[in-house]
Amino acid sequence: MMRRAVVALSTVILTLMLSAPMVFALQQPPGGQTEFLPMKEVPPTETIPAAPLLIAGYSIIWLAAIFYLWTIWRRLNKVETEMHALARKTPR
Amino acid sequence: MRKAFVPLLVIAGAMFAYAPVMIAQAPFESTMGLVQKIFYYHAPSGMIMLLAALVCGVSSAVYLWGRKPGADHVAIASAELTALFGAIVMATGPLWAKKAWGIWWDWDPRLTMSFVGWMISLAYLFVRKYAGPGSDKLAAALAVFGSANVPFIYISVNVWRTMHPKTSVVPKLPPLMAGPFWFSFTALFLLFLLLMTARIHLEQQRAALDQMYLAEED
Repeated sequence: MMRRAVVALSTVILTLMLSAPMVFALQQPPGGQTEFLPMKEVPPTETIPAAPLLIAGYSIIWLAAIFYLWTIWRRLNKVETEMHALARKTPR
Repeated sequence: MRKAFVPLLVIAGAMFAYAPVMIAQAPFESTMGLVQKIFYYHAPSGMIMLLAALVCGVSSAVYLWGRKPGADHVAIASAELTALFGAIVMATGPLWAKKAWGIWWDWDPRLTMSFVGWMISLAYLFVRKYAGPGSDKLAAALAVFGSANVPFIYISVNVWRTMHPKTSVVPKLPPLMAGPFWFSFTALFLLFLLLMTARIHLEQQRAALDQMYLAEED
C-alpha cells in the first residue's frame, strides 16, 4: 500500500517536472524591446486632443471661482449668525 | 464697492460666459495650434496671482510697521487669492504643457519659482490658521519674503533658459490675439476685485465679532 502511494506520488512529481518547462515556455511573454526606432510623424490616433484640455482648463477656473465664492458666503453666514446670537444674548 | 458688488458680479459672470466665444474666434498659433488658447486664461491668471502676492506683501509690510488691522485684512484676503489663482495656474499650465511640450511638468526656473510662490501663499494661510497667538505678524513677515519672489518669477523666463514662453509674447500679440487676451484679463481682474471685496468684508465682520465678545466680557 505504502509502496503504491510512493510510486504514484513520484510519478506525479516526475510528470510535473517534465511538463513544467513546456508550460512556462508557452506562457512566456514576448521578448522585451531591444531598441527604440525613431519616426518622423506620430500617427493621428496617438496625439492628445487639445480641445478637452482647453475646456478642462476653463472649467477649472469656473469651478475654483464658484467654490471660493461659496466658501466666503458660508464663512460670512457663520460669523453673522454668531453676531446675531451674541447681540440677542447681550443685555442692552 | 458693496453696493456695486452684485452688478459687478453679473458683469464678470457675463464676461466669463462670453470669453470662450472670443477665445474660439482668435486665430490659431502657428506652432502649438489649438492648445495655445489655454494661454488666454492661463497667463492672466498668472498675472493676477503675482498681483495678489504683491498686494499681500505690501499690506503685510504696512501691517508690520503700522499695526493697522485694515492692512491685515487686505493681506489675508490677498493671500487666499494668491493661493486660489496659483492653483488655477498650476492646474492650467500642465494641461498646456502636456500637449505643447509632451510633459505635464518640468522643474524649469519659471515653473519652479511659480510653484514656490504658490507654496509661500499656502504657508501663509497655514501659519495664520495653526500658529496661534502672534501668527499674524509671523505670517506678515512670510508674505513680505513671498512678494520678494514676484519680480524673480516675472523675469525668470528672460534670464534663464526655459521652455516657457517669454514675457515679450504679450506686448507683441497681434490685434486678433490681443483682444481676447485683454478681455479675459479684464474678466479675471474683475473677479479678483470682487472676491477681494467679499473676503475683506468677511475679515471685517470677524473683527467686529471679536469686539463684541470683548465688550461682553467687560
